[in-house]
Amino acid sequence: MEDKKGRQNGGVSRRDALRILGTGAAGAAMLGGGLGAQGLKSGKPFAKSVIQIWMWGGPTHLDTFDPKPDAGYDFCGPLKNPIPTNVDGIRLGEKLVRLAKNADKMAVIRSMTHGNNGHETASYLVQTGHAPGGALTYPCVGAVVALKKAYDVGYKGLVPPYIVLTRPQGRFDEAGFLGQKFKPFATGGNPADAVFAVEGVVSKDIPPERQESRKGLLSSMDTFGSAMGAHPEMGQLNASKSAAWDLILGSAGKVFDLTQEKPELRDRYGRNTFGQSCLAARRLVEIGVPYITINYPGWDTHKQHFQLMNTMLPQMDNGLATLLEDLKDRGLLDSTIVWWGGEFGRTPRVEWDPPWNGGRSHFGRCFSAVLAGGGFQGGQVIGESNKTGEEPKNRPVYPWDMLGTVYERLGIDPDGTIPGPQGSQLRLLPGAEEKLPSGGRLKELV
Amino acid sequence: MKSAEFSRHFSSGLKAIPLLFFFAVAQPAREPVLPFEKPGAVPKANKIDELVFSQLDALGIKPTYLCSDEVFIRRAYLDLTGTAPTAAQVRDYLAAPAANRRAQVVNRLLDSEAYIAYQALKWCDVLRVKSEFPVNLWPNAVQAYHRWVSTAIRSNQTYDQFARELLTASGVNFRDPPANFYRAVQKKEAFTLASTAALTFMGSRTSRWPKDRFEGLAGFFSKVAYKSTLEWKEEIVFFDPDKPAPKGANGLPIQAVFPDGKKPAIDPSVDPRLVFTDWLLAPDNPYFSRAGANRLWSWIMGRGIIHEPDDIRPDNPPSNPALMAYLETEFRALGYDMRKFYRLVCASSTYQLSSIPSDPALTNETHFSCYRMRRLEAEVLIDIINQFTGGIESYSSPIPEPFTYIPNGKPSVEIADGSISSAFLEMFGRPSRDSGMESERNNTPSAEQQIHLFNSSHIQDKISRSAGLRKILAQPNVKPERILEDLYLSILSRRPTDDEKTKVGAYFQERKEKNKQGEGLIDLSWALINSTEYIMKH
Repeated sequence: MEDKKGRQNGGVSRRDALRILGTGAAGAAMLGGGLGAQGLKSGKPFAKSVIQIWMWGGPTHLDTFDPKPDAGYDFCGPLKNPIPTNVDGIRLGEKLVRLAKNADKMAVIRSMTHGNNGHETASYLVQTGHAPGGALTYPCVGAVVALKKAYDVGYKGLVPPYIVLTRPQGRFDEAGFLGQKFKPFATGGNPADAVFAVEGVVSKDIPPERQESRKGLLSSMDTFGSAMGAHPEMGQLNASKSAAWDLILGSAGKVFDLTQEKPELRDRYGRNTFGQSCLAARRLVEIGVPYITINYPGWDTHKQHFQLMNTMLPQMDNGLATLLEDLKDRGLLDSTIVWWGGEFGRTPRVEWDPPWNGGRSHFGRCFSAVLAGGGFQGGQVIGESNKTGEEPKNRPVYPWDMLGTVYERLGIDPDGTIPGPQGSQLRLLPGAEEKLPSGGRLKELV
Repeated sequence: MKSAEFSRHFSSGLKAIPLLFFFAVAQPAREPVLPFEKPGAVPKANKIDELVFSQLDALGIKPTYLCSDEVFIRRAYLDLTGTAPTAAQVRDYLAAPAANRRAQVVNRLLDSEAYIAYQALKWCDVLRVKSEFPVNLWPNAVQAYHRWVSTAIRSNQTYDQFARELLTASGVNFRDPPANFYRAVQKKEAFTLASTAALTFMGSRTSRWPKDRFEGLAGFFSKVAYKSTLEWKEEIVFFDPDKPAPKGANGLPIQAVFPDGKKPAIDPSVDPRLVFTDWLLAPDNPYFSRAGANRLWSWIMGRGIIHEPDDIRPDNPPSNPALMAYLETEFRALGYDMRKFYRLVCASSTYQLSSIPSDPALTNETHFSCYRMRRLEAEVLIDIINQFTGGIESYSSPIPEPFTYIPNGKPSVEIADGSISSAFLEMFGRPSRDSGMESERNNTPSAEQQIHLFNSSHIQDKISRSAGLRKILAQPNVKPERILEDLYLSILSRRPTDDEKTKVGAYFQERKEKNKQGEGLIDLSWALINSTEYIMKH
């Protein structure tokens, strides 16, 4: 049904492998990806970690970071009273009361664009910085960071360098051609439960004493494994087993024990899956995990949009605001990039008619994203959308522009290469020869 | 590589098989390891063994012992059907006359439904059967295509006919499923179609080809056209004689040239794909049979004679050229009957060797002196865990319309759609079916996999509520000895050794002293499921 609607809206169907990249709308210059490498020399220390808050399904931009009170009821619905923030001139959606007190920490990008309205293809675009439909499946940012900030530099942590809280998206292969090793470790479980049962690491039912007994039983009973002796396949298997036991029985797994945190702080984050995921993400950053994605589901609000926003936005507001405050309090904000955003925004014009009855659909032509921390300059808005939030008005920001900026801040050369299939080296982001539209990297942020 | 050299490779078969001298097969210097190996000399059961063992002899490598019957039945089940035998099946097998029980079990497995499902999985990996990005077949077409592949295997369609139907397919993708061969690609244009055809049926990667040869191959696919119908996501694949060919490197439209460099004269009214298919399937074309035989061999031996099986090229020679030449000839002589081909391979002592090398120094050996140990495929591993524990996976389609309903308890091997997955399948390296390359499947063990198997609620819940264990305990007047034997037969397809019985006894005693005797059998099931013997094909 979404597809049919999408077609009516202008011939862009939901799941077609689109290669429409929002050209024209913003009159973007064909700049290519090779510009703006200045960030590497900005003098600030590079960021160490990223917390990516993935607004799964595509969050509304009008009701969050790009309010349009003058556009009228057809666009705003009941959410028509944006609120001032602690930065003069920046207003946010009325439900973001705590984030409004943290606007100084955030750079709000209001002119994100790619023109793609399919979940899979847009997710791929936004998280890999490559146009879908090519012969190769590129890795997404998390996998690249795991490569460049962990495996390439001898990461020894027992906790995998790329963590997903709590469920993987399954929209595309996060690791792309980098392969299995670069897939995220998805925690499973629910951090808001009494015990955050991280799949494999924390068992609700098996106490450490029994784990130890089992470990002993397994090693004494592995008759065939012993017969295989020093076979190379056994080397890989045994190394995996011993790393697994270190995580289950050693101290490394304690990072997931949220009961070690003060109850008041846990309350501030919100006693819900998203809030506690933000807390877990902060703990992971503290032990040096370079990339954490919080997959935050529920934003694909075709129906009952405003009813849902009434409950979801305060939850998001509490979790994200507390995360920024907590990172700041612990001196971690400057070294941690917090990236908020989804695969696209949602149609600014509310779909009041049946069957939607007040919903918002997919909208890739113009949407918002937020970057905070990591040495980025907060307290600013980058780019503007037009009166209705349907087009970037100036300074379009394409996914590769934004990712290039994030890579630079992490000390990863966005014009460099990553290992491709069969020993090749491939560009991390599209080069000028792909002739993609670009607004250039976000110099304003650094 | 020069085009001329490349062409020679395509046009001439391998040299005739040299005359063989019959050597007695030398025995390993070590004692056989029980209960995994069968003591005694290794016979040369068929021509495969002659060719493998004579090469090993020339290399000074001793083949290892034959595997035991317990290892064999498990291996045959896993390799041919992606399932494990039940305790009863193992007991029946071990009670059957020793003389031909191995051949009998192979015959039975080749006739089973599980064989069809497992081979369909393998072929659908190669054919990139998935609904979503980047292949975008869409659910209806996925179901139709998967059913067509399964039917081809059920009816024992010959490999050449299978290839012909796919390569020459036209029609409506929902009703003429082979037409999806031309849709299950990342780009619907001549070069991608040519690469796909070469990868699938020549076992060759066009990225390694000389530019002009690749263009020549693409010429055969330049008239493939597509149009949509009024049905949602239905598409027609057809031959469009008027479609302009894409331009080649010289700026001119590409022209069809065979990989051997010969230029066909193609009447404009004839679909060039037919001409290519006739060339590829001609009896004197060594390439088709070689790629097919090598692929099937790699599926059950764990490694191609040419490795990787989809990277055949002049500078990647077979590890045993005589064996490759024999199998490609024999596959054709068997009428491209895939079941007969498997029967031939499974009958060889080479297939039946133990996976414990004859000499610890030989662990990286690539000449088939032992069976190649490797981790079970993701789908097979979760299926056999569920087979014993009675657990189920729940799968659902990520695509809301048309929604694909997957009945609870359907084996993971039988899932048609590569886009329908689970965290487990992803973690254990199920291929994404993006490229059709064999290397997409990743069977490398990792720490994440181990913590999942050791300690995840997903696996723990299955083991602690195991239907298999409850069934064993529900037998009337069942003795501890029998419980233990049933558990071993159910999980590892063999009986426990005396040493293992002693260790289990000690463990049960320990749990009893801690007043946790109820945990003993669950922990033992857990340990057996986490053993190397269980998670590795061996």
